[in-house]
Amino acid sequence: MIQFLQQMINGLSLGSIYALIALGYTMVYGIIKLINFAHGDVYMLGAFVAFYATTFFHLNFFVALVVAMVLCGVLGVVIERIAYKPLRHATRITALITAMGVSYVLEYTTQYFAGSEVKTFPTDLLDNTAFSFGGVRITMMQIYIFVITIVLMIILTYIVNKTKMGRAMRAVSVDEDAAKLMGINVDTTISFTFFLGSCLAGVAGVLVGVYYNSINPLMGMTPGLKAFIAAVFGGIGNIPGAMIGGLFIGIAETLVTAYGSSLYKDAIVYVILILVLILKPDGLLGKNVKEKV
Amino acid sequence: MSMLSVKDLHVHYGVIEALKGVSIDVNEGEIVSLIGANGAGKTTMLQAISGIVKKSSGDIEFLGQSIYKTNPKNIVAAGLTQVPEGRRIFTGLSVYENLMMGAFLRKDKKGIEEDLQKVYKQFPILEQRINQDASTLSGGEQQMLAMGRALMAKPKLMLLDEPSMGLAPILVKEIFSIIKEINAQGTTVLLVEQNAKMALSIAHRAYVLETGKIVLSGTGEELINSPEIQKAYLGG
Repeated sequence: MIQFLQQMINGLSLGSIYALIALGYTMVYGIIKLINFAHGDVYMLGAFVAFYATTFFHLNFFVALVVAMVLCGVLGVVIERIAYKPLRHATRITALITAMGVSYVLEYTTQYFAGSEVKTFPTDLLDNTAFSFGGVRITMMQIYIFVITIVLMIILTYIVNKTKMGRAMRAVSVDEDAAKLMGINVDTTISFTFFLGSCLAGVAGVLVGVYYNSINPLMGMTPGLKAFIAAVFGGIGNIPGAMIGGLFIGIAETLVTAYGSSLYKDAIVYVILILVLILKPDGLLGKNVKEKV
Repeated sequence: MSMLSVKDLHVHYGVIEALKGVSIDVNEGEIVSLIGANGAGKTTMLQAISGIVKKSSGDIEFLGQSIYKTNPKNIVAAGLTQVPEGRRIFTGLSVYENLMMGAFLRKDKKGIEEDLQKVYKQFPILEQRINQDASTLSGGEQQMLAMGRALMAKPKLMLLDEPSMGLAPILVKEIFSIIKEINAQGTTVLLVEQNAKMALSIAHRAYVLETGKIVLSGTGEELINSPEIQKAYLGG
């Protein structure tokens, strides 16, 4: 039982990070129906920005986190403007292939400048005391991950549901032309969506970098894919779905590692994807809206 | 005074010319109907006025200013809103949120609240369903929501694209009487319809569009009694 609880704690930490990345996938898909395969690399760059901010500029962890978040957000907007905007009315496959291209550009540009070797954060960056509750160990780092993730999710939910910009995001995702007829600037709304999603990916990158204390330019590929699967699991385009999907994938992966074999930790995620696609292709919370005429 | 003046408007979709030099005028306080069969170019006309489709040549003036090159946002801000074909309400958003989308560009909180109350008065059913997902509304209710949403922009000119589409005859009557009320309260209306009889019966003036060209125009009464219209559109 104690081991199970311990694994749940570990699974939730990992899952929170997947959820943060999955939110970006799902929001971007929701608004322009694009699977942004470069999203995992924005996450990787978040880790790198924080790395340089803390090692070269000796910034405090939280300042570095905010810097990484904002820079990644801006990067997301730039990627959208340069790579995706000109293709907005092209076929979906064109944009998808472009997204893969952007992903390679980010990975290998980072590798060119930062080198391909693994980097580690300064060890004294965060207080990493561990607490024990009846044998279940929880580290300060894990608490940071939970708190930061939960706060960001609350802020995101508030923005999407209660603000004018959030309402505009939802309106554009339902019907772009009708949104234009309301006077909504669709380009700004899409940029804002990329900004939010990329901010979250940046934060996830920093958290992972510090949690596992190892970053490299290709670190975004696998978590990117898994977060994408988490978004599909929850119902792509659905924000609560991405949160649940992320946590579920994180827990599943951790439990398989603990009780099965770490050999299967990646496999289980793809098995989940296959099962979702067979049993409920819309995902857990995906909606199958029928239009009324 | 002419509120909206479309001059020799041409629109192409690729090589197909959807509008072949259309000119119409809408005067302040009028209901003007644009009737025509499927594919005549009626929706294209409204989409061009709202700035959604690209125009090839011609000019569009609204309140004395050219809006030929203006973006949709500034067209709405100038006081021209559209109730699009097929309602195009935002599913997944509540009725209230849909209405507030109409007031997206407005900043006068008090005025928005007043207009919201007016819309509720005009469409009591919407007030009852305020927190419901808009997709759960019936077709007629959705049409009312789309009209209420447009009213929330406080438009000077409202474009209505096929408001009767897919509605039961009794609802069609209701929708048209609401259009008359909206007009009586001071909003100028440009109405596009396939239901020629209803459209002509409430119109001060009307135009007949056929394959991208205006073929006939006159007062609503003149057109309703015209033999050509009787034959082509009214089954007489």
